[in-house]
Amino acid sequence: MSASSSALSTAGFDFIAGLARSRSGIVLTPDKAYMMETRLSPLIRRAGLGSLDELVLKLRGPRAEKLTQEVVEALTTNESFFFRDGKPFEHLRRFLPTLRAARGPGTRLRVWSAACSSGQEAYSIAMILQELGLQAGPAEILGTDISMEMVERARSGVFTQFEVQRGLPVQLLVKHFRQIEGGRWQIADALRAAAEFRFWNLLDDPRSLGRFDAIFCRNVLIYFDTETKTRVLDRLAGLLLPGGVVYLGGAETVLGLTTRLVPVPGERGAYVVA
Amino acid sequence: MGRTCLVVDDSRVVRKAARRMLENLGFAVNEAEDGAVALAACQRSLPDVVLLDWNMPVMDGLTFLKAARAAFGPDHPTVILCTTEAALDRIVEALGAGAQEYVMKPFDESILQSKLVQVGALPEPA
Repeated sequence: MSASSSALSTAGFDFIAGLARSRSGIVLTPDKAYMMETRLSPLIRRAGLGSLDELVLKLRGPRAEKLTQEVVEALTTNESFFFRDGKPFEHLRRFLPTLRAARGPGTRLRVWSAACSSGQEAYSIAMILQELGLQAGPAEILGTDISMEMVERARSGVFTQFEVQRGLPVQLLVKHFRQIEGGRWQIADALRAAAEFRFWNLLDDPRSLGRFDAIFCRNVLIYFDTETKTRVLDRLAGLLLPGGVVYLGGAETVLGLTTRLVPVPGERGAYVVA
Repeated sequence: MGRTCLVVDDSRVVRKAARRMLENLGFAVNEAEDGAVALAACQRSLPDVVLLDWNMPVMDGLTFLKAARAAFGPDHPTVILCTTEAALDRIVEALGAGAQEYVMKPFDESILQSKLVQVGALPEPA
């Protein structure tokens, strides 16, 4: 396949960008055309198509739902590592015991890893809950992602040698993982059982997920336009139980987007209901 | 004062690659091709961090580690194993001998940085 045959027409770019935006909220500006081509080319090969414009034709045709979902998945970013950005996890470690004391015994703490990718964030939370003695019974973790492939990977709890070396102290690797074939590592059954993973689109009304004591929604909003950011943040605020916390990525803010959440003074990335 | 790292590996290619990554991360780097050379270097001047291969001629990494712990104490220098040995029992053995962290080869700068943050030799990236 020559470069010219795989190149994408402006109309084709607009169509796929429109699809990504309506399905996932991800905003792709024309400078992302190269990224789009790179990420979609394996899918084009798999589907036996010759070019991106052929893919667009197929997407415009009937019975394109599965292919559409695959395109949206391919365009999402799945970068993730254990204990990413440290700070929110330190805050959670201090915050959950206090919250637990305030809620009283018999109350279940609920933590949501929104856009969980391959599960590193949810399992980092699971390790903290276990360390605090809050695992399983007293607490539950929900991980959701718009990519079914990522949800399945997260459920498996299997990570490559490369992945277990990013953010995870070796002492925790030794403590919580076992080595399996192909140089890969699988997280302990007890931690796998502590986290549930589900397909979920952040653009959908999340009320059916229930309410949460802590919500991790980090490095997701950066891909959205302002309106979508506001809508998602307002909904997250609405899902927080009294005293609950939302964690955003280091480069994300609520400023100018919503007044329903305010930063916790001195705690980077942590927000509470105003 | 800048941070210092001694890279101990019998492969010149690995030493060169590690040096480049560590210098990018702000370390002043010295090199040694086996444990014995590394031990002599530590006796002259103790680095903040030792990035230590396991299998080397003359003196292997674990022998160096045990000798360094006996000579300089349990905490200094910080030792990060960096090896193709990736079996769980080998990792446990290295930690038992006093290594603070463990890198399984192949590695890249993001892994090295992550490990250096773990051991407190680098601040959390902003």
